[in-house]
Amino acid sequence: MPLPDSAEFEQVTVSDVSRVYGRRRALAHVSLTCSAGQIIGVLGPNGAGKSTLLGLLSTLTEPSRGQVRYGDRTAREAGAALRAQVGFLSHDLQLYPELSARENLEFFAGLYGLDRPAERVVEALSSAGLADRADDVVEGFSRGMRQRLALERALLHSPRLVLFDEPFTGLDEAACEALVTRLRALRAARRIIVLATHDLDAVDGLLDRAVLLRKGRLSELESQGSLRERYRAALTAGARGRLVEAPDTAKGRFPAGAGEAR
Amino acid sequence: MSGFVRVAWLVVRKDLRVESRNKEMLLTTLFFAVSCVLVFSFGFVRGGQAVEGAAAGILWIAIAFSGTLALGRAFERERYHDALRGLLLAPVDRPAIYVGKLIGILLLLAVVEAVVVVMVAFLFQAPLFQHGWWLLALLSLGTLGFASVGTLFSAMLVRTRSRAVLLPVLLYPVTIPVLIMGVSGTAALLQPEPDLALARLWVSLLCSFDMVFLTLALWTFEPVMTE
Repeated sequence: MPLPDSAEFEQVTVSDVSRVYGRRRALAHVSLTCSAGQIIGVLGPNGAGKSTLLGLLSTLTEPSRGQVRYGDRTAREAGAALRAQVGFLSHDLQLYPELSARENLEFFAGLYGLDRPAERVVEALSSAGLADRADDVVEGFSRGMRQRLALERALLHSPRLVLFDEPFTGLDEAACEALVTRLRALRAARRIIVLATHDLDAVDGLLDRAVLLRKGRLSELESQGSLRERYRAALTAGARGRLVEAPDTAKGRFPAGAGEAR
Repeated sequence: MSGFVRVAWLVVRKDLRVESRNKEMLLTTLFFAVSCVLVFSFGFVRGGQAVEGAAAGILWIAIAFSGTLALGRAFERERYHDALRGLLLAPVDRPAIYVGKLIGILLLLAVVEAVVVVMVAFLFQAPLFQHGWWLLALLSLGTLGFASVGTLFSAMLVRTRSRAVLLPVLLYPVTIPVLIMGVSGTAALLQPEPDLALARLWVSLLCSFDMVFLTLALWTFEPVMTE
């Protein structure tokens, strides 16, 4: 589907966003800027609001307060064309188990109105290492194979903003390494990448920025030490009621201009 | 092919393909409808003679109950593995997804109705085929009205825990007029002297209801699916 130029964007800005479900507050006053060519890790315990944040970024969830801007436009202003720029690999894999790998990809290629869909599907099957299982139904695949297929489904339309929710689940070591390589390639291609994960070892050294979500509140992780140490330190600090608020990410291994979080 | 039609067709084709592999919805819906007609036939047919006027009601009860079963599962495939999120994230007119799902349900119910009509005609000695075109019009329009609302409610309830209970609770009060029109129109055809003028009136009313239901469903599907 040809997209208007305005659908292209270099930055996603979350400004003072809160999200409430009934009486439960999933996100509270979250602000975050995600720029092209960055991998941002969203860390935090279960129920912290990570999936809600990804849902908001994906345009599928609307904020109760605040706004998310893609370039200079909100999701509502940009309309359906914006969704062609978003790829989302969620914890649930968004595949039809009764369809074959090829049929799943062809279905989504059709929905996205891709040019040369057959070629794109063959390339995606090859990238997933499933070329020889292309016509097998997904139901018979292992979790790792499904995960690889779902990754290719999420990237089939070359999205600008790529969202991952627990992408390392069910992957063996080799598949994890392949995914990390893929993430680096996406970063080199100046995609905006946001991933929520508990797998700190897998993403240590990969992230350009790491933020912690805890009880719906966002804070930046310290930039010194291993990711696990920084994560634990931030959790402990949060538990003592003094979350690390670090709008300036220009120090340590997180590059300057990476944006701010509070 | 326009974008809207293309997307609706993709969804229909996908649903038909999945159904052709597991036949889950077809078999359960058909089995339920056939059982329903059979059970009623034991109660309403005495000495080879059916109770007068029962056939029309039983035909539509079988359609409504089995239709509810099918509608309850209409978005289950999308719920498993959260494929619904993948669908909603696609840069398409979301009402086209609704139309695709609706057509899939209508095709399924058409198969069920083909079997049920023959069964009712045979077991209740009802002259259903005497005015076949009128019956076809009543069934098509009645099913469209029932399924258009049901598909929307099924989509609305896909994320709720008690959707199996809520669907009939929401669906029947809204679609009761459609079912009454279907029964009344069919009963008019099954009288000893078929009342075609009355059947025509019910067909016209069904057309009006369908237009309202479809318009509302297409209009509300997008906001309903946004969290």
